[in-house]
Amino acid sequence: MTVTVALVLEQTLNGLQYGVMLFLMAAGLTLVFGIMNFVNLAHGSLYMVGAYLATAFAAWSGSFVLGAALALPATLLVGIVVEVVALRTLYERDHLDQVLATFGLILFFNELIAIIWGRAAIYTSLPPFLGGHIRVLPGVPYPAYRAGIILVGVAVAVLLWVLVTRTRLGMRIRAGASNRTMVSALGVNIRLLYTLVFGLGAALAGLAGAMAGPIYSVQPGMGEAILIQVFVVIVIGGIGSIRGAMVGAIVVGMADTLGRAFLKPMLATVISPPAADKAGPALASMLIYLLMAAVLFFRPEGLFPARGRS
Amino acid sequence: MAETLLAVRGLSKRFGGLLASDRIDLDVVRGETHAIIGPNGAGKTTLIGQLAGDLRPDAGAIRFAGRDITRFDAPLRSRLGLARSFQITSIFRDFSALDNVALAVQAHRGGNFRFWRPARDERALREPARVVLESVGLGARAGVLAAHLAHGEQRQLEIAMALATEPRLLLLDEPVAGMGLDESQQMVRFLGALKRRITIVLVEHDMDVVFSLADRISVMVYGRIIATGTPPEVRSNAEVRRAYLGEDATP
Amino acid sequence: MAISRRTIVLGVAGLLLALVPPIAALTNQPFYVDLFRRMMIFAIAAVSLDLILGYGGMVSFGHAAYLGIGAYAVGIPAFHGIDNGFLQWSLAIVASALTALVMGAISLRTSGVYFIMITLAFAQMLYYLGISLETYGGDNGMRLAARSKFGGPIDLDQPMVFYYVVLAILVLFLVLGGRLVESRFGMVIRAAKSNEPRARAIGFSPFRYKLTAFVIAGGAGGLAGALLANQTEYLTPEFMHWTRSGEIMFMVILGGMGTLVGPVIGAVVLLLLEDVLSALTAHWQIILGPLLVLVVLFAKRGLFGLLLGAASRDG
Repeated sequence: MTVTVALVLEQTLNGLQYGVMLFLMAAGLTLVFGIMNFVNLAHGSLYMVGAYLATAFAAWSGSFVLGAALALPATLLVGIVVEVVALRTLYERDHLDQVLATFGLILFFNELIAIIWGRAAIYTSLPPFLGGHIRVLPGVPYPAYRAGIILVGVAVAVLLWVLVTRTRLGMRIRAGASNRTMVSALGVNIRLLYTLVFGLGAALAGLAGAMAGPIYSVQPGMGEAILIQVFVVIVIGGIGSIRGAMVGAIVVGMADTLGRAFLKPMLATVISPPAADKAGPALASMLIYLLMAAVLFFRPEGLFPARGRS
Repeated sequence: MAETLLAVRGLSKRFGGLLASDRIDLDVVRGETHAIIGPNGAGKTTLIGQLAGDLRPDAGAIRFAGRDITRFDAPLRSRLGLARSFQITSIFRDFSALDNVALAVQAHRGGNFRFWRPARDERALREPARVVLESVGLGARAGVLAAHLAHGEQRQLEIAMALATEPRLLLLDEPVAGMGLDESQQMVRFLGALKRRITIVLVEHDMDVVFSLADRISVMVYGRIIATGTPPEVRSNAEVRRAYLGEDATP
Repeated sequence: MAISRRTIVLGVAGLLLALVPPIAALTNQPFYVDLFRRMMIFAIAAVSLDLILGYGGMVSFGHAAYLGIGAYAVGIPAFHGIDNGFLQWSLAIVASALTALVMGAISLRTSGVYFIMITLAFAQMLYYLGISLETYGGDNGMRLAARSKFGGPIDLDQPMVFYYVVLAILVLFLVLGGRLVESRFGMVIRAAKSNEPRARAIGFSPFRYKLTAFVIAGGAGGLAGALLANQTEYLTPEFMHWTRSGEIMFMVILGGMGTLVGPVIGAVVLLLLEDVLSALTAHWQIILGPLLVLVVLFAKRGLFGLLLGAASRDG
């Protein structure tokens, strides 16, 4: 494989695009953990629900965009129902209970999806207007769809920034991330705040899922594959911090994508090609975990911990 | 000449914009009972935290029995003879009173990488624990689950655990907190007998307790120690009166 | 000396388990030897997890990694023609213990949810490592070339012999584990779980003890993995998947964590349940999921905990 500037650019953009997906998931998860002190293993299931609903609505309506647009509020609804029915009682419990209970939810959702849609991966076709390439630089075409994801990610990041720094709700969210009991003592309706935050997280996960359809495989268990990486993002970025989620997501997205693409050829320059062939992919898949271990070793609270937590 | 057991120099700690400890100097003489008092928010808890090893100071040094312990963590300080009790009762709730004290004994005996013999069968741990429990008056309650002890008994258990580590200095954080009158008086009597044998640093709000036990008092306000002296000296100190009673108090 | 409820349950359970092969032979149902043997292997894994989870309060979501390591410690040598059981199983224990040493040394610097996430991530890392081992089957896994050989009467190809070997190991673990949790070492671990600041205040430095417990549990998990490879005669990286860790944790909680005996009950009940349910529907996991949620919400003390009654002596 010859490493060209075009290839590097393409993979960098891919890393950015993957980072966007991770950011959408991480933002919701880190808020839920930061404000409600709640570990939600089932966050990946919401991503999966978003992907399946988007595919189903797209098939029903004939329009990809409409499908995605409908999947968002639908996933939001699923999230809120789950929160009210199953999760409320867990806020008071310790993390082990939360982890186990949400693990149980994972099993439930995976099986539910399998019952309705079967275990085989389903495919979403790209709408024609998004199927082409755009010219990032002369001679460097990039899939329009992936570029679209990056744009959506930037838009969401801006919207979140506005929400968190400029609105009342955002102020309460930031206060809650710093000091939960104080916020409650100040008379804010904690129940409602929690439900809203959880719903926001669900919507973001649903958006990620809806966009994932055309480029990643949609099958039961897809949530867990990305969930672990989302945890890594949050640990690196700092729990409870959206800024941390953003930085962490880009770092992990880049490291993972570029690692997979270039570690093998890079290794081949120092060790023999057959050895690089074996070691390259193995090392690439371990890369982000090594990164996480390093961050935990030197700065256990993460790179951008929410104020008042370190 | 009296030997300084605990010497604090220039201790400072900042939390964001708040200076909780402001260049604190403190000397505790061996054998004395030294009380630290001050209004709420004065920084007493932060000071105790830094003395015990839970908090790292931003600046300053702590010397204990001639050694610089500023960088030492809490377990190491405990093993060196600096024992503490907690303001909010902190015990091993799912273990019996005797187990609690035996654990403290065990912590100081070392040799904890033993995997076969049941610790509850070891007389070398149980006997000293029993003796300490008796001395604080909990002998009859040895087998009771710590969670089932009355609040006052749990405070006594805290002290027993600290004593079981054969400390050179006892750091007591509000020992009579939450106790009724009878229990408080009992605790004061106990500490009164204890102070002859051991150096005590005592943080307390209850002035009766302070004046009946303390040899010397240090007064803290806004993270600084504004006065140190014997109870009469502190009582008549103008700055102290201002801090506690307001600007227009006349001596 | 009073005989505790625990000892009675242990005795009865041990007796019943010992009787399975003869009964199976009499009723001509050899399948049950296989089933109960599988249950006991997972019981061993669950007991090893209970040591750090139930007694140490370390919520390790990466315990399945040791099962994988143990399995491959048998599978890889067998692939190359080395089927000496002593060698393989020693390798399984040592490799798992070393992995636990590294994982623990890093993870135990954190606590709470960070600890959960980092153990999860480490296990997943090993899973991907397993997938990348193309020579040994990659993500398809591989057949076990031959069962571990021990010489003499211990022939694992004989179902009954293999069964009693597993039973003996389970009983050994329960006995050793029982002594361990009551020893000085065990007390430190339990004190650190009960109230870590307090443990530190009286002079314990919990890290080294927790790490030791982590390593012991890891080695024990590795042995369970070696047994599992021999049991299924097939090994895949799936053994190490974090959802497997979740299943083992479910067994510990279902049975009653912090009791050693509870996890055995949990393993038996869960696997029996899976067996029964999967005969009813291919989608039995949809029942298991909510069941786990219900157990966590309402029966946190587990089956053995319920058996022991309200007043349990200590954690």
